[in-house]
Amino acid sequence: MYSYDYLWLIPFFPLLGAIINGFLGKKIKSEKVIGGLGTLAIAGSFAVSCFYFFQLLNDPQKVHQQVIGSWMSVGRLQVDWGFLLDPLSALMILIVSGVGSLIHLYSIGYMHGEEGFYRFFSYLNLFCFSMLMLVLGNNALVMFIGWEGVGLCSYLLIGYYFHKKSAGDAAKKAFVVNRVGDFGFLLGLFLLFWTLGSDHGVWTLNFVEIAANAHLLGAGSAVVTIVTLCFFIGATGKSAQIPLYTWLPDAMEGPTPVSALIHAATMVTAGVYMIGRMNVLFFMAPSTMMVVAIVGAATALFAATIGLAQNDIKRVLAYSTVSQLGYMFLAMGVGAFTAGIFHLMTHAFFKACLFLGSGSVIHAMHHGLHHAHSHDDPQDMRNMGGLRKKMPITYITFLVSAIAIAGIPGFSAFFSKDEILWFAFASPQGSPWLWAVGACAAGLTAFYMFRLVHMTFHGAQRTAAKARDHIHESPLVITIPLMVLGLLAVVGGYVGIPHVIGNALGHIPNYLDNFLHPVFGATQAQAHGAASTEVSLMVVSVALAVIGILLASWMYLWQPELPGKFVANFKGAYRTIHNKWYVDEIYDAMFINPTKRLGTFLWKGFDVQVIDGIVNGTGKVINAFSKGLRFTQSGFVHNYAMTMVVGMVVIVAFFLFR
Amino acid sequence: MENLAQIAMQDVNFGAIMPSLVLVCFGMALLLVTVFSPRGKTTHVAYLSILALVVTGIVSLATWTPAGSLVGNWQEGFGGSVRLDNFATFFNIVFLIAAGLTILMSDDYLKREEYPIGEYYPLILFTTAGAMWMASGTDLMTIFLGLEVLSISLYVLAGFFRRQERSNEAGLKYFLLGAFSTGFLLYGIALIYGVTGTTKVALIGEILANNPSLLTNTMTLAGMGLMSIGFLFKIAAAPFHMWTPDVYQGAPTPITAFMSAGPKAAAFAAFLRVFVIGLAGLQDQWTSLLWILAVLTMIVGNVVAIYQTNLKRMLAYSSIAHAGYALVGMVAANAIGLSGILFYMLAYTFMNLGAFAILVLAGKKGEDNLTLDGFAGFGFKRPFLGVAMSIFLLSLMGIPPTAGFTAKFYIFAGAVEAGYIWLAIIGVLNSAVSLYYYLRVMVYMYFRDPAEDYGWVKMHAGAVLSIVVAIIGVFYLGIIPGAVMEFAKLAIF
Repeated sequence: MYSYDYLWLIPFFPLLGAIINGFLGKKIKSEKVIGGLGTLAIAGSFAVSCFYFFQLLNDPQKVHQQVIGSWMSVGRLQVDWGFLLDPLSALMILIVSGVGSLIHLYSIGYMHGEEGFYRFFSYLNLFCFSMLMLVLGNNALVMFIGWEGVGLCSYLLIGYYFHKKSAGDAAKKAFVVNRVGDFGFLLGLFLLFWTLGSDHGVWTLNFVEIAANAHLLGAGSAVVTIVTLCFFIGATGKSAQIPLYTWLPDAMEGPTPVSALIHAATMVTAGVYMIGRMNVLFFMAPSTMMVVAIVGAATALFAATIGLAQNDIKRVLAYSTVSQLGYMFLAMGVGAFTAGIFHLMTHAFFKACLFLGSGSVIHAMHHGLHHAHSHDDPQDMRNMGGLRKKMPITYITFLVSAIAIAGIPGFSAFFSKDEILWFAFASPQGSPWLWAVGACAAGLTAFYMFRLVHMTFHGAQRTAAKARDHIHESPLVITIPLMVLGLLAVVGGYVGIPHVIGNALGHIPNYLDNFLHPVFGATQAQAHGAASTEVSLMVVSVALAVIGILLASWMYLWQPELPGKFVANFKGAYRTIHNKWYVDEIYDAMFINPTKRLGTFLWKGFDVQVIDGIVNGTGKVINAFSKGLRFTQSGFVHNYAMTMVVGMVVIVAFFLFR
Repeated sequence: MENLAQIAMQDVNFGAIMPSLVLVCFGMALLLVTVFSPRGKTTHVAYLSILALVVTGIVSLATWTPAGSLVGNWQEGFGGSVRLDNFATFFNIVFLIAAGLTILMSDDYLKREEYPIGEYYPLILFTTAGAMWMASGTDLMTIFLGLEVLSISLYVLAGFFRRQERSNEAGLKYFLLGAFSTGFLLYGIALIYGVTGTTKVALIGEILANNPSLLTNTMTLAGMGLMSIGFLFKIAAAPFHMWTPDVYQGAPTPITAFMSAGPKAAAFAAFLRVFVIGLAGLQDQWTSLLWILAVLTMIVGNVVAIYQTNLKRMLAYSSIAHAGYALVGMVAANAIGLSGILFYMLAYTFMNLGAFAILVLAGKKGEDNLTLDGFAGFGFKRPFLGVAMSIFLLSLMGIPPTAGFTAKFYIFAGAVEAGYIWLAIIGVLNSAVSLYYYLRVMVYMYFRDPAEDYGWVKMHAGAVLSIVVAIIGVFYLGIIPGAVMEFAKLAIF
């Protein structure tokens, strides 16, 4: 038998790193020590994760729990500090700690010389701890700790440059919007706990027990639908889906490694993971599944359109992330859980690479502009161009990842995205419409990604002439993570080769499918359709991607004057997209301003007059009371003794005459 | 009584008093050590007493009966007048932790105040031994004996700074009023003995259960009333709390810290054993009294604390209020409420001793600066102590994720489960009132400009260690209370 006694080490290492850097970082001062410590901590988690991952591969028993101790026991509520290792969480810890390690390493170079360097690494470690708790927790409450913990770290890291107002605002926005989602998640949790407990006598928050007893609720019942909808609201908040996606693009105010780790590779996928973890419940609620699929598909398309007209390099990637997350939800919604998790994984690779690449570019631009004393925005792609020769490694890894995300065959996202699209078409919950939306979004993705590549790396250099000479390739500590992630962006997809291709090439199994089978085996939807249909759909989506790339090349490489003409001719459409469909403004008008007005009314009308009156009044009464009582404390022993005698008489009388 | 002595002599079982025996032996030996030590050298005595506490702790744990074990590890002896069961062991550990933290913070303090006298430490060990007899006593006489041993050492300790008026006043007041309350207790014991013919707690319970007519007997009721006064005095419940502020303010700060945790827990232990087991038949009577007293105690403690500007005095009132919260658990008298009291005592030990340890470090000689004004700007000048103080204050308020929150949660959950919803509501409202004076300290620490002379805080390893241990305890009980709560549940009768 295999032992899983040291699972706790996985979240423990980063926690330790966070504590040491947080409390002693200011004293340590040396960036090498702080950064090295932070990186080592998460690398330690990665090593342990790898060990357990491979152990689990060989272990015939696929679900293991380790309980460290009782957390709280109040009446029927028994909650443990416990971890759950099954194929799903094993894959997640591998992604989180693996990508996390690379990004920590990258940050040593990227954050060099920043004020509060130790603070950054402490937060980053704390984030990893929370994220690992989230994916490893064996019950919903431990997961919730992680869920809130990553939210907190995200807040802290978005607002890392807290003296910048925009950063502070973005941090607050992220936090508030996430709270809306968290509220849904909590409601779902309470309802699930209460219904399972009071109606069926199973008082539990443990995932394994929930999965085993979920059938008691009855498939398709109203309770299951409401519970899963609440969970999904939680997921839309954390994973930036319509209608709660607006915080993610603003979150780009944080340092770029943060965007890569938290707002691309890991935290934002927590919602997808949560649905995967609760797959039994979602399987029982077809109406929720439909909602998930539609919201996912809509987000994928909608965010992709916004990505077409952004000029900030990180914003394009942010909308792209929202869009790709939409794909994952589309997959979950049509019952293709494996495909969703698969895309989560490949996305972590290529999107982290893209973000880190953009960070490398911004780093270089910043350096160059700084030397030239220019105040141009180092993130604006209109100031870039022709960086290919200056930054060859960044360019190649970026290009590879862009090809991957566009869905060109042979690269990772091709496998995962096409599996999603195939299930969107052919699963029992799927429909040709969902497929069509997804395929269109794929075309748009290819277009905006190559628009980005061309504007940044190809064509004429638009950077101020003085700054140009100072732009050069980033150091190895930055480029090594890029190369590793770039490699993964290429080969990461080969663990999940679709059956139709695998069969054609001679019985190559879908490793990921088999690996995740113990988790999703019972709930995974089966796609029904001929192999020829699958292949032709694949060809169509690849064709759309190629068209997107060619269009982008035509507009931004071969005929660079075209976009200007296009904008002039379709002013209204361009402005709408450029301004993100005015969603922020609509939210302001619909929710934020009325809430503010209500708040002002409650503050000036209700709080100041009614509540403060009551509070101050109570305060005054208590104060007066306190003053009075204080005088009984005379300091004379005989008075005290007298009080005791009176008390004694009253007590004895109380017993005798009651 | 003759009979009792005979039985006791026949039934000697040192196992039943082993922890206190170890402590007392160490105490005696240390008295000798101090005699042969040079004047003003006390540090080695402090270390040796820590060693004594550790050894005692190991000895105590030997009698713990874990969950699911078929054979009890408890020890009984001396004609059934001492019983070292899980209940006693849990409390013993609380006493040991309280004594340990106290000793850790004392050494440098005594030197600063220029009373480096070695007897201080053996006295603390004797007090702790007395507390242990109170917790493990199953005979009213044993409990009384324990109470006296505990009290006499404490009287001395409270007046330890013999050339300081305030300390003398504290010692004398505590002695006079303590003796007074002991009189009530003894009279109550006599009356109960007169009714039942025994001083064995369990036997009293049986006799009362078998003779329902005794339950309405005037002597029984009066005896119960008088006995309760003895215990209520020691836990500082209103209206027997009036000694607390004066004594707490005047006594040496580590002793104040110890008094607020150790002896209070000991009084609760004896109170619980006598009333829950011995006077179980009269539960309706005493819960209705304690309901009123709990409310009164919480209100008096919290309300008067608002007006205090001296921090030791403020913490004295706060400790009155906390006795009130703990009484709520006794009113509930169900599993969660009673185990809640045990949990509360442990939690309170950590958070209150932690707060006092900071006062110990922050005080100047004579301690006139332990006022709100004296703490202005403290948080920025002394970041570590400021943060630690904030943690303890938040815990005293009952803010998660600290021990204070979980402790209050269990107590109030017990009250709600037993149907005392109003009591729980009053308790929560009182916690809200308490926010005012606890938060005010934090406001002074962080939002007021510091006074001129801040060069004074001298960090001392022992006190810092006690603060660190207290912080760990506060967070451990606040975040992972499950394990300790399981122990507390095993510890109740």
